[in-house]
Formats: sequence, C-alpha cells, structure tokens
Amino acid sequence: MCRGSVSSFFQILFFLAFFIHFSQDCLAEEDIVKEERPVYGDAIVVGSIGDASNLIPMLATDATSHEIAGLIYNGLVKYDKDLNLVGDLAKSWEIKRGGKEIVFHLRKGVRWQDGVPFTSKDVLFGFKTITDPKTPTAYAGDFLEVEKAEAPDPYTFRVIYKEPFAPALSSWGDIVVLPEHLLKGKDITKSDLVRHPVGLGPFKFRLWKTQERIDLDANPDYFDGRPYLDRYIMRIIPDPATMFMELKAGGLDWMGLSPVQYKRQTNTPFFRKNFRKYRYLSFSYTYLGYNLRHPFFKDKRVRQAISYAIDKKEIIRGVLLGLGVVATGPYKPDAWFYNPNVKRYPYDPKRARRLLAEAGWKDIDGDGILDKDGIPFSFTVLTNQGNSLRDKTAQIIQYRLRQVGLEMKIRQLEWTAFINDFIDKRRFEAVILGWTLGQDPDIFDIWHSSKTGSKQLNFIGYENKEVDRLLVLGRRTFDREKRKEIYYRIQEILAEDQPYTFLYVPMALPIIHARFHGIKPAPAGISYNFIRWWVPKNEQKYIIP
Amino acid sequence: MGFISFLLKRILGLVPTFFGITLISFFVMHLAPGEPMSLQADFNPKMTPEMRQRLRAQYGLDKPLYVQYAKWLKGLVHLDLGRSFSPDRRKVWDKISERLPVTILINFLSMLLILAVSIPLGVRAAVRENSLFDQVTTVLVFLAYAAPAFWVALLLMLLFGIEWNLLPVSGLHSLMGYDQMGLFEKVLDWSKHLILPVFVSAIGGLAGFSRYTRSSMLEVLRQDYITTARAKGLPERVVIYRHALRNALLPFITILGLSIPGLIGGSVIFESIFAIPGVGQLMWSAVMARDYPVLMGNLVIVAILTLLGNLLADVGYAAVDPRIRTGLQEQE
Amino acid sequence: METALSSTPIREGKRWQKTMLELCSNPLTLSGLVIVGILVFTAIFAPVLAPYDPQRIDTYHILEAPSSAHLLGTDGLGRDCLSRLIFGARISLLVGFVAVGIATAVGTVLGALAGYYGKWVDSVIMRFVDIMLCFPTIFLIMAVIAFLEPSIWNIMIVIGLTGWMGVARLVRAEFLSLKKRDFVLASRICGASDLQIVFGEILPNAIAPILVSATLGVGGAILTESALSFLGIGVQPPTPSWGNMLTEGKDNLEIAWWLSVFPGLAILVTVLGYNLLGEGLRDFFDPRKKR
Repeated sequence: MCRGSVSSFFQILFFLAFFIHFSQDCLAEEDIVKEERPVYGDAIVVGSIGDASNLIPMLATDATSHEIAGLIYNGLVKYDKDLNLVGDLAKSWEIKRGGKEIVFHLRKGVRWQDGVPFTSKDVLFGFKTITDPKTPTAYAGDFLEVEKAEAPDPYTFRVIYKEPFAPALSSWGDIVVLPEHLLKGKDITKSDLVRHPVGLGPFKFRLWKTQERIDLDANPDYFDGRPYLDRYIMRIIPDPATMFMELKAGGLDWMGLSPVQYKRQTNTPFFRKNFRKYRYLSFSYTYLGYNLRHPFFKDKRVRQAISYAIDKKEIIRGVLLGLGVVATGPYKPDAWFYNPNVKRYPYDPKRARRLLAEAGWKDIDGDGILDKDGIPFSFTVLTNQGNSLRDKTAQIIQYRLRQVGLEMKIRQLEWTAFINDFIDKRRFEAVILGWTLGQDPDIFDIWHSSKTGSKQLNFIGYENKEVDRLLVLGRRTFDREKRKEIYYRIQEILAEDQPYTFLYVPMALPIIHARFHGIKPAPAGISYNFIRWWVPKNEQKYIIP
Repeated sequence: MGFISFLLKRILGLVPTFFGITLISFFVMHLAPGEPMSLQADFNPKMTPEMRQRLRAQYGLDKPLYVQYAKWLKGLVHLDLGRSFSPDRRKVWDKISERLPVTILINFLSMLLILAVSIPLGVRAAVRENSLFDQVTTVLVFLAYAAPAFWVALLLMLLFGIEWNLLPVSGLHSLMGYDQMGLFEKVLDWSKHLILPVFVSAIGGLAGFSRYTRSSMLEVLRQDYITTARAKGLPERVVIYRHALRNALLPFITILGLSIPGLIGGSVIFESIFAIPGVGQLMWSAVMARDYPVLMGNLVIVAILTLLGNLLADVGYAAVDPRIRTGLQEQE
Repeated sequence: METALSSTPIREGKRWQKTMLELCSNPLTLSGLVIVGILVFTAIFAPVLAPYDPQRIDTYHILEAPSSAHLLGTDGLGRDCLSRLIFGARISLLVGFVAVGIATAVGTVLGALAGYYGKWVDSVIMRFVDIMLCFPTIFLIMAVIAFLEPSIWNIMIVIGLTGWMGVARLVRAEFLSLKKRDFVLASRICGASDLQIVFGEILPNAIAPILVSATLGVGGAILTESALSFLGIGVQPPTPSWGNMLTEGKDNLEIAWWLSVFPGLAILVTVLGYNLLGEGLRDFFDPRKKR
C-alpha cells in the first residue's frame, strides 16, 4: 500500500476511469471464449484521458505512464491472475535468515530490446538509482529498508534487510529494473529513455506523439513469448464525452467507462454486438478524512456522528449507480486480510444528532446549524478538481450533513495546490480523497504516528499507540495467519475511532471491443494476460505491415 | 525614407511592451500561493528537508525573485525557456514549438473562414441596411457567437461523426496508414479531421467581423466619393466592391492583429474537445500540473506572436495608407 | 462627436418615454430588451418561481426525462433541472453584471486618466493596455483561477480584471475629443477642479459608448464563465450556473439531452439578448443616425 504513495493519489485522482491494474473480484458480463487457436496480428487502440509524462517507471507519477511503462519493463516478481507473487525476471528466490535476506535467481538468455543481455547488474543499478537521493522518485520507501544489495554473479541478486520486512519481496516489481548500459553515469532525469524507453517486456516502444498517441510494437523476442497483438496504441483524448463518442465511432477498442456510461449508455444492440463490458472492484477506496488536530474533529463522537449522518448506500446508488461497495476500513472486502466484523455506521441521522448533542453541539441560536460555545459547526471539505465521482460524493455528503445541522462547504482544488498548500501545511478541516491499495496489508505510512510530519502520508494526524505497535509488528511478521490477526485488530480500532469516514470501493468498468479473444477475468482483473489476447484472422481490423 | 523610420519607431516602441509581457507572464505565475515544486518532491514520505533544498536549488527556486526573472529573461532571448517541471523534464521550447504549428494552422484556417463568410455578409447587410436580410444575418451571427463552443462541438461530433458517420470524431489524422498515404490523400485526411475544429473555432468570430464590416461599410457609403462614383454612373457592384469595400476594409488589418489572442485562447476549448495536441492543451495541462516554466513560456510566446502580428498589421496598414506613417495618427 | 444625451435635458419623463419608444421601434432591440427583462425578472424572483429546492438531492430519481413532476427532468443527483436553471439565472447574471461592472470601472478610470491627462500618463496606460491585449485572456484567467480558489467572487473579479482594455480605449477616445470642447473649457475657466470636470462634465457625456460596451460585455462574461466551467474551474457545484450545468450535461449528451439542451439554450438566448440590446443601444446613440 505504501508502494507508490504519490502515484496512488494520482491514479485515483485523474484516472479512476482508466484503472485496470491489480484488481480482484472480476464479474465479467460475458466470458464465452471457445477454445480456438490464437493467431497473430491486429492492433488494440486504448483511450486515455491524460498523456504519459515519463516512461522510466521509477520517475513516473501518473497512471498513464505506468500503464505504458508496465508493458515495456518487467520486474523480478509479478502478481499472477490469482494475486500470488510469481517469478518474472527471477526464475526463483530464497528467503533466508528469518526474512532478512532474499536471494533471487534470474532467468538466463533474456535480452534488453537493444540486444544487450540482461544481468543482475541491471537490478543492482536500478536499486542504486532508486535509493540515490538525487533521483526524484516517489518509490524509494521500501528500498530504504535494505541494508545491502549485491550481484555476486550475472544471474544472482542478493538483498539483505536491516530487519525482517514482510512487504520486501513484492517491492521488486517493474519499478526497479533498469538497463545499466544505457544509463550508467548519466543524469536519469535527462535521459533519452524518458521518451524512448528500452525495456525487456512484451512490447517495444515505437513512437510517442505528445498529447496525441503512444504506439508500442510487439517484442518478437520476449522471453515469455511474443504477444499475439502486433501493436498497442494509446490515444490521448482529454474530454470524456469525446472519448465515448470515439468509442462509438470505432476509433477506440478499450476504455474505462463511467458508471453512467456503463449502466445507461452501453446497453444498446450496437454495444452488445461490438463490445464486451467487464466490472470488478478496483483496488482503491474513497474516504472523508478529518484533520484530527481541529477542535471539531478531536472528539471521536463527532466523527462517529458524521459517519452515521452519511448514507453510504445513497452515495453508491447516486454516484456509482450501484457499481461499488461500502468501504468499512482501509481494505477492500475481498482481500484476505479484510475484517468483515468491524463496527459499521449505517445511515442513522437520529443517532448522529444524539452523538453530536452528547459532544455538546446544539442549535442554540436556531439558525439550523448546531453550535457550541457560540461557534457554529461549519467547515470546509477539500477535494481535487476533475473527478466528477468525488465531486458528486461531496455534494451528497453536504446535503446530508445539513440535515443534521452541520454546514459543510465544498472547495475543489487543483491537485498540486491541494497537496502543497493545504495537505502539507495541514491547512484543511476535512478532505475527500482516495487511496490506491496494494496487495500487501502494510499501511504503516498512512497510519503510524511517526508519519504525521510535514509531507508525510498520515496528514490527518492519527495517533494510536496500539495501532502503532501493531503496524510495526505486521511489517516484521511473515506468517499469514498471524499477520491476518494483526491487521484484523487494526481494522477494528480504525472502525471504532473513525479517523476517516470510509465511503466506498468503486468498480473498474472497462469495455473492450468484441473481436479480442482470450480475455479471462480473474481476481487480478483482466489485463494480467494482455499478451495472450488475440483476434481471429477474419475479424482483424488493422493490418500492420 | 518615411516608411523605414516609421518601421524603426514601431519596432523600438515594441521593446517596452515586450518587457511588460515578460514581467506579467513571470509575476502572474509567482503570485500564486504556494511554491512551484515538482510533483515528485511532494507527498513523498522519504523526502528529507535537505533533499527538498537540493531540488529547489536545482530549479533555481532558492534565489530571489528578481534573480529568477533576470535568468529567465536571459534564457528567453536564446529561446531557452528552461525545462518543464513535469516528470519528463523536457525543454519548454521543445514542448511549445512542437505544438505551435497545429494551433497556428487551425487558427489561420478559421480566420480565413471567418473573413470569407463575414465580409460578404457584412457588405450585403450594409448595402441593404435594415432589410430582412440584415436582420436575419444579425440574429444568425449573434446566435453563432452566443453558443458555447464546446457544446456546439459536441453536437456536431454527434451529428457528423456518429449519426451520419461522415467525419472523424477527433484527432488530427487517421490512426493507421497515414504514413503510407500519398500527398493528396494526406491533405484529404487532414482536411477531414480539421473541418469540425476549424468550423467550431470560426463561428464565434463571425459576429464581430461581419458587424464590423457592416458598420465600416455604412460609414464609407456615406462618403462623398461614393456619391461621386455613383453619380458618374458606375455600376453598383463596382462602386461597392471596388471603391467602398477597399476603404472599409483598411482598418480591418488592425483588427486582424488584435484578434489573434482571442483565437488562440479559444484553442484551449476546442483542442481539448477534439483531442488536438496544440498549444491550448499544453497550456491547460501546464496549469493543472503547475508547470511554471511551461506556463510562463506559453504565455510569453503567444503574447510575442500577437505582438509580431500587430506589428505586421501596423506595417501593412502603413504600407497601404500613407497618412499613418506621416504621424497623423497621433492627433486622432 | 454629437451625443444623444445632450447636457441639459428639458423634461426627464417625456424624454425617457421617447427614448423607450425609439429603442423599441427596432424589432431586434425590442426582443433583446424583452429577453433581458425576462431574465432579470427570473433571477430576482427565483425562489418564488422554482418548483423545488435546487439543491435537493434524490438519488432514486437521477437522470429522469422531463415529466409533469420535473418539467425539465432531473440531473445526475436527482435534482430538479428547472429549479436549477432558474437559480442558475441568478448566478449567470451575477457573474455577467459584476464582471462587467469591474471591467467597466477599471477601464473607465484608466481610460479617463489617459485621455484627460495625456502625455506620459497616457503613454504608460496605453502601453499597459497594449500589453494586456497581447495575452489571450482565457490563458490569464485559467492561470489565475487555477491557483486561487474558483469561487464565484474570484471568477467575477478575474474575468473583470482581464476585460477592461476595450473600455479603456473607448473612454480615452471620448475624453480626447470631449476635453477640447467648449463646455469643458468653459467650466475650467470658471475654476472647476479636475475631478469636477472629469465626473461632472466629461463622463456624463461619454456614458453612451460605455453603456453599449457594458451591455455587450455581459454576454461575453457569461460565455467566459461557461468556458471556465467546461475546464472545471468555473462556478463550483452545488451552486448552479448555466455553465456548470451545461458541462455536466455534455457527458450525458446521448442519454439525457435535457441536461445540456436547456442550459445551452439559456446561455444562447441570454447572450443573444444582450448583444441585440447592445447593438440596438449603439445604433440609438449613433449620432449619424440623427440626420
């Protein structure tokens, strides 16, 4: 979870519509794929709201860049369709000394796309680069836990941690492997690879026309077999209405739908004939977070009251059109560490009023807004611009809170200003934001009391001794059952304390042209086997010379 | 002789304007609350104060404002506008220059379209002042002006792109096979993609220009020499199109220069609707990412283009109308 | 330039009547006047006219087509579109009026200074006008609004502060010609101060072109607000403005035409109304028409 904190924000922010990676609980609308022999050919055209910014994974901060870079670069390990960690560039690995040491055995015969062999030196180089303070990366966190990394021979890579670190293995994904021969001794931020990446992955970079399109070609020498599709084209279409029209006009094969598009606009015979829709819970949740240093929100009863006053089902009905579930804590319901038995906050305005009264909030001057010591309960919630789901959520919350006598103003902020001027400086009363979830339950960076400093992720200022202790313990524990217990308890405490009002886990709603075969929804979503998607010869649309 | 000294005077007069433009571009950006720090520096739990300091130094943000301005100005003269704050760290000039041609092309075409439609409209409306034609076109051009551009764009896309399937919805050229096309096919492909954007960016300008032509024509038609020309028995067509229109359109040159910023400003909307990678979109994404160097670069380049446009207009005007360069305009 | 409003009116009432009659003689001007009148009426009596609370959310009835319960349908949160349109008139007109008010005030003051004092004051101010005219206003507005809060007040102020240049030029030209006229010279001889001359003598005579440009400007400001809304930095929901309603509607163009058609038409008709009225006023004040 702490992996990629910046990107997590970004992904939820601007790109909810296009969020397909790492997802569970696939409920495919249709999944009738007859066993046929896959053939090569054709291209897929994907729509994206935003352009990529930097195709070196460790420098990228936005979902589009990661989307593209993910097809070009590989990691030592990856998640399979059932979200198990499996080898990618690493053939196998050994975990030694109680988790303090990991030895990776790398695949042989893998080559970079320019023909140079891949060795453990590349991993070591990537590790050194990501931990170099001069590298402007947001992903150094997990790698700073490493005490020593070494490449004893070209196909062995060893890391030794300062202390046992449970999320260690999963951190060696595609963020960290870089071609040493192209980057050594150079300023990575000004490298050619920023716009002309050279990786090891299933696709090779072809062209990038800024704010227009990015083309990738199948890598014929990919170690795991050449992708069936000849080309991957990402088109950048900034306006969602235009993107949907382009889909209808045949200019796009794959995009993320909004709930309204999914429910209301894609049930025509045209769409049933030409497209397949999928839906699954995305790996993210949206919450209303309180500044716990603020006098209004110091009192647990006030936070609980607000949680009772908000009808989360109404939000899911009105904003997500039912395409999402209520969030009860910082995890999504189908994770193995999700605790279903925590305290819940059903919609109960009476109880909310009672709790507020207990906390001393009463409408004394009769203006419809509760007050205490002459101060009316009026606060401003901040959220980011450009996310219509969040915007609507804020409006529903505002409407409901007014009914229990709380005045909430909404202020939408451009993202950078939001983080720089408000979150980092703690100049906020409440926020509506989201977190992207990883596959590991570790949430140390978001909830530990040592992470409340400026520029750190526990910006609401949550401090709980027991949670602190459990978070550390969770990181040091490898046994799954024991970890589960630890994180179950954390969820109970968070549910009682309500430092956030957890709102919902939205669904990812991709739509893909029907000519693509081989799409098999799994807990990991649909894109895990993208290189095995194919189009029958007679249905192929684009002929690549 | 007079012309050259006029030209020199004009160019010299541009210098303070140029500095004004750079000053405003620079300080508008620095008035914004908070500080322009690159995104990757923010919200990173591992970012220590020393690292932030180093990043600030790297971007030159640790120096006083006037030093930053001087440095930026020095770069500007060499077209070196610094590097973007976005993670790609590209040169600002590269980012702007690769997008300028598209924006200029579309604005140029839409200007042509505006002139081609609005001048005849304005002339006819003036000749037949207060006729039904005059009133109907007045309402029509104002309607075109009054319709929000993005709304019109979407309706047209729906109609031409989806319902009738005649034109592509968005983008600049066909997705596949563009490189293999012959020249003629390429031009055709471009044209198909540009029809809607050019149309949408033009309709808002029709009102201003046709009304301007109309009032300018009305004024000219009242002049004595027109009466003389008519008295001489010249055909009405010749009177209007040869004698009147030429004089009515003279001040047009200045208006053309002044309308450049408005057109480029409109690019923000239609470029993002039609997914066209031009300056408008660059500006918008720079605003959203607080990419100060790109923002300033964009503002200043567009303003300088306008300045040059105005200069050209002035020079053109002076070339056709000798009164201007003898300094008569000062007493206006 | 002869001005229609000469300095010493004889009988106010009669002249007003005559003015109105003359204005209304042009059908286009009349329709402009009617449109603007209806709008102002709607804006003032919005709470009486609107059938529902424009912010009442009803998630069981989202995106419903026009019906007897909701004459113009409901929006993405089940709010009544008619009520929002009516209250939106308030916001859109407010934006138009205040923004134009600011632009006119700034433009008039600077234009008057430049025109009255001439010399270096004139050079400096007009150079500043030239500079401002080089920027696409929307770029400046975007940059400033995105950094500040896109509150309705900021939007009005920024639109106003980027739109005064035309007025300044206009006022300056008026002042240049008026300040040499006999009545100004006369009052100067009588010992009137600069302030008295500017506000007492010249400005009242320059009011006609200012009024015309302000009328035309209202439409422009409403359009600018809708463009900002499209970019997400216009007036923020839940406060309804026609611009943000139209923007919400654009994403549902095919399934909920009512969401974009009505606010779109509202903007269209309003801007048209102001322009027709402005053009009418211009013709009316045009001295050449009074042969």
